[in-house]
Amino acid sequence: MKTETVEEVAAIDNRPAPVPFELGLGRLSEPLVGRAIELIWREAQLLDDKDYEAWQTLYMKDGKYVIPVDPDTEDFESSLNMVYDDARMRHMRVTRLVQGYSMSAVAAARTSRTISRFTVEEITENTVTLRSAQVLVGFKRDKFQMLGADLTHRIRFTGDDARIELKLIRLVNSDSAVNASGFLL
Amino acid sequence: MTSPTSEKAGGFAGLAEGDRVAAQLYTDPEIFDWEMEKIFYSTWVWVAHESEIPDAGSFKMSHIGLQPVIVNRDRKGNFNVLLNRCRHRGASVCEVPKGKANGFTCPYHSWSYSLEGNLRGIPYPDGYEGVTEKRDLPLQRLRVESYNGLIFASFKTDIEPLEDFLGDAKIWIDRFMKQGAGFPVKVQGEHKFRFNGNWKIQLENTTDGYHFPIVHRSWMASVDAETADMLSFMTDESAVTHALGNGHSVAIMVPEHVDLEEDDGTEELQERFRHIIDELSETMPQDQVRRIVRSMHGAGYNLNLFPNLSLSMSFFRVLRPISVNETEIQHMALGLDGGPESVNRERLRIHEHFQGPFGFGTSDDSEAWDRVQRGAVANPDMPILVNRGLGREVTVDEGWKTSHVTDETGMRESYAMWKRMMSDEN
Repeated sequence: MKTETVEEVAAIDNRPAPVPFELGLGRLSEPLVGRAIELIWREAQLLDDKDYEAWQTLYMKDGKYVIPVDPDTEDFESSLNMVYDDARMRHMRVTRLVQGYSMSAVAAARTSRTISRFTVEEITENTVTLRSAQVLVGFKRDKFQMLGADLTHRIRFTGDDARIELKLIRLVNSDSAVNASGFLL
Repeated sequence: MTSPTSEKAGGFAGLAEGDRVAAQLYTDPEIFDWEMEKIFYSTWVWVAHESEIPDAGSFKMSHIGLQPVIVNRDRKGNFNVLLNRCRHRGASVCEVPKGKANGFTCPYHSWSYSLEGNLRGIPYPDGYEGVTEKRDLPLQRLRVESYNGLIFASFKTDIEPLEDFLGDAKIWIDRFMKQGAGFPVKVQGEHKFRFNGNWKIQLENTTDGYHFPIVHRSWMASVDAETADMLSFMTDESAVTHALGNGHSVAIMVPEHVDLEEDDGTEELQERFRHIIDELSETMPQDQVRRIVRSMHGAGYNLNLFPNLSLSMSFFRVLRPISVNETEIQHMALGLDGGPESVNRERLRIHEHFQGPFGFGTSDDSEAWDRVQRGAVANPDMPILVNRGLGREVTVDEGWKTSHVTDETGMRESYAMWKRMMSDEN
């Protein structure tokens, strides 16, 4: 039996031929990408450890940390977000989380997150943009909770230094009910 | 359902005694079922703001109690609230949260309905000849009335007019909408979250000034001194709560912002809004700039409308009972329809700072409400106290019971209404 190409299958229904899937670009093994993934996993560990003071040092001064409500928006400035933090807001957020006055932070779930399914969105001379999937399991007062998200990280490299310029967290349930949390994603 | 009197000695009324209520009100599933019948399916329930359904054909999904409804605007500009249930086999006819449509078609057998709910088409109609008439099977329509942009619906056809139900709350709704500073108020986004607790725990919270500096200490520490100072109402004698009747109440946190149109010019505009002031001043007269910037944090009070809506300083807070121990909350950010983009953005940022599942305030409120539900199962016969300020409560000229903003006058008003509605004679 003859195997049709994807172009031949598409032609049967008069559909345009799909963009061929490029396997084996090998970009995940590029040195900058490897360093970016290491930084992303380091960030995940700091967040699970609730070491928020160390966490905020991973960000560029003008870096953004965003959790939008609208699953499709790119205009975070003019939309309502769950989080839209610049350095000032991040700093205040960290202070709030560690100072002990916030009862939700004090009672926050213990979390363990897995970040995988990395794909390379863009590589420039100084930046790497990666997309990934995150599954977070939280445990609090005898109950498990699970949160799934699509992440985009843009990492900027300056010499030996690597910092997060953008972290975009698109929760799979972002426009539905998202339960209040005393921890960060 | 059997009569509540046969189930509860003395009926439900005995569970709410004015300054204390039984914790069973949070924990008893049977009471919850009766609340749906006697409160949510018997009174006016808020379902939408007009700005959410701006055009002919605009619709949104909403709920009354546990029942799903569609709120839409038809070609004549009228609002319709329809049960989201096909008359044929009961499937929901809409599962898109909001959008625009010419009507609604059931995905199961393609029965199609107009925006007014009329059954327009039945496929292969010959099987229904002599059996049924289309005009007999519209989507169930509820009574709808709106007041100053707020759309309410009721299952009860012989209910009193909405304006009578709102009563003295109307003055406060009117003042609340003044935060548009001459522009209509619009919804510009919403946060949704659930907490593991009864709906009345949240109902109490909106006019509870007592919890604010305690639960929201970390938020207070994060805002600028001017904002913190604006909300330092704990020892301000002019910060009061009024019981407005029919379960409604208002808690005034910023007395100088009760009526945003009243400005004696002495209040300094907050320096945090300097970039907005400078931008607006290029094209607007100073009094209009002041008007907009003084409205940035919204009205100076929280208005609680029994049973499910709060007009809360600068946002709408909507509660939706899910079960006896689960409640969904929407926090809807408000903006100026047609107003300066920079002002609307600033209002979004203020909203994000406090509200939403990762906000600096909501997370802690939610934790407190969860804790009430967890604790209240310990001897549910032991009462919940809502007696703070009873000794200093007075009746002001308007006839409103009034006490300090940290007192529980608003809660007592809500529970008095709860008692009236849950009593057999109602």
